[in-house]
Amino acid sequence: MMEASDIRSRQALGAFNPALAVELLVRFIREEVTKVGFQRGVLGLSGGLDSAVVAHLTARALGPENTYGVLMPYRTSDPASISDAQLVADQLGIRTILVEITPMVDAYFERFPDADRVRRGNVMARMRMLVLYDLSAALRALVIGTSNKTELLVGYGTIYGDMAAAMWPLGDLYKTEVRQLAEYLGVPERIRQKPPTADLWVGQSDEEELGITYEVLDAILVELVDRRLTVEALVRNGYEEALVRRVAEMVRRSHFKRRTPLCPKISSRSIGHDFRYKRDWGS
Amino acid sequence: MRFTIALAQIRSVLGDVLRNLAQHLEVIARAAKQGADLVVFPELSLTGYYLEDLVPDVALELARSEVVAALREASATHHVDLAFGGVEVSEDFRFFNSAIYVSQGEIIHVHRKLYLPTYGMFDEGRYLAPGDILRAFDTRLGRMGMLICEDMWHPSSVYLLAQDGAQILLCLSAGPGRGVRGETKLGSVEAWETITRAAAQAYMLYVVYVNRVGFEDGAVFSGGSVIVDPFGRPVVSAPMLDEAVLVGEVDLQEIRRARTFYPLLRDERLDLVLRELRRIYAQRYHLSPYDGGF
Repeated sequence: MMEASDIRSRQALGAFNPALAVELLVRFIREEVTKVGFQRGVLGLSGGLDSAVVAHLTARALGPENTYGVLMPYRTSDPASISDAQLVADQLGIRTILVEITPMVDAYFERFPDADRVRRGNVMARMRMLVLYDLSAALRALVIGTSNKTELLVGYGTIYGDMAAAMWPLGDLYKTEVRQLAEYLGVPERIRQKPPTADLWVGQSDEEELGITYEVLDAILVELVDRRLTVEALVRNGYEEALVRRVAEMVRRSHFKRRTPLCPKISSRSIGHDFRYKRDWGS
Repeated sequence: MRFTIALAQIRSVLGDVLRNLAQHLEVIARAAKQGADLVVFPELSLTGYYLEDLVPDVALELARSEVVAALREASATHHVDLAFGGVEVSEDFRFFNSAIYVSQGEIIHVHRKLYLPTYGMFDEGRYLAPGDILRAFDTRLGRMGMLICEDMWHPSSVYLLAQDGAQILLCLSAGPGRGVRGETKLGSVEAWETITRAAAQAYMLYVVYVNRVGFEDGAVFSGGSVIVDPFGRPVVSAPMLDEAVLVGEVDLQEIRRARTFYPLLRDERLDLVLRELRRIYAQRYHLSPYDGGF
């Protein structure tokens, strides 16, 4: 798409050290799960790259016997998704649970038969959330999320759907960095090679929907977010202005998804305003 | 004089002073068995770091605190000096991020953190008051100075303690790890290696850097505690990220040797520094001679 930016993206991302990142993320999962009294993690295993990487990290952190991969196909899901998810589970020796979401999703849309594919996609994502949180209670396992920094920053996820989790181990890694992690961890080649997709409808593609490749998107996000450069500075460095502005706008408009719900301030101490404690309070 | 210092690279429980105290007592007993004469804990070792609204709940009145009394008793029982971190509340109800030095059952010195980082991932200035005194102090083991984490990023702090005669600089830290672009180490760990070695080498003193480990809400504290000798060489280094209690030997004669080779402190021009600082100070604040300027 933009060759010059492509080259710059690799420079901007620098010599990312996947071994060091894995070391930190494995410890992060282990410590943040166990210190609140849990031993197990449960995650949605889609057959895609991000959940494969999170499965690897969780299996390393908690042990394969404490890692549950949940396969939740819908009737329009790519059949390869199931076999790829199973491939990862077999590779790691983690437990899998298959929960077809087709009957639940279709039952709901009998009430709204004209719903468009975005609504259907959101309901699928939230149905999977429902399954994961139910199994979380059943298995006494924390839900380990699979969202990465790129999609969190541009809002390419369903709030209270695939974004719902106890933690996001990949939340500070761009998609291009997740790919490097996948290679380092030995995620099967076929999973690493397939085009990224939310798989909510046939033929869906992240990069087509976003209108930008992950290489270019990550390069722009690194400049804007990590390096705090202005849109003007990026344009001076050769990026296409309309593209940079569109990315900056995606970040701003999706910010609500990254925050807890708004709460009014009417008392002397209010949640979200001046009642400030870390989640790890007391642990 | 030679003696042994233990680096207590621990993780603390956020906001649970009693559990942290129990851990301190256990580590002190263990270090004493390894022959330690001094055990150094990280910044806010009794409370954890990201306290926010927990600050008043975990604050200690040093003179009356039973927690401090338990640590004083441990120092007497085990014949070991202690440096640990906690929140201190003053008579006028200000809260400080303090480092407390205890020897033979008594508090010898308290250092209140001077520079409270309030930017990026830090928010200390919102909850805590800055200290405004920096002094070296005498102990049975030599003349020491204490700094807390961010203090050490202000070279003036190290400079002042060195001029005040510190032979051993203790830096209690809760330094978050970040940066995964290095060969083997986090960027923040490499940065601390640079400044601890530079401080030791520039002032020919021992630097004892103790950083905590563990996660708080996703932020990791990266460890890498170290004793650096007056030539800038690590005496003992703790691993990155893992808990560890390690001892290393300090020999004050090494300071004499280093300062014989490199008499930089002898040659220091305090008069020059003061003159120029007074001028800069007067110019920055537009002071007339009448105001204490020139």
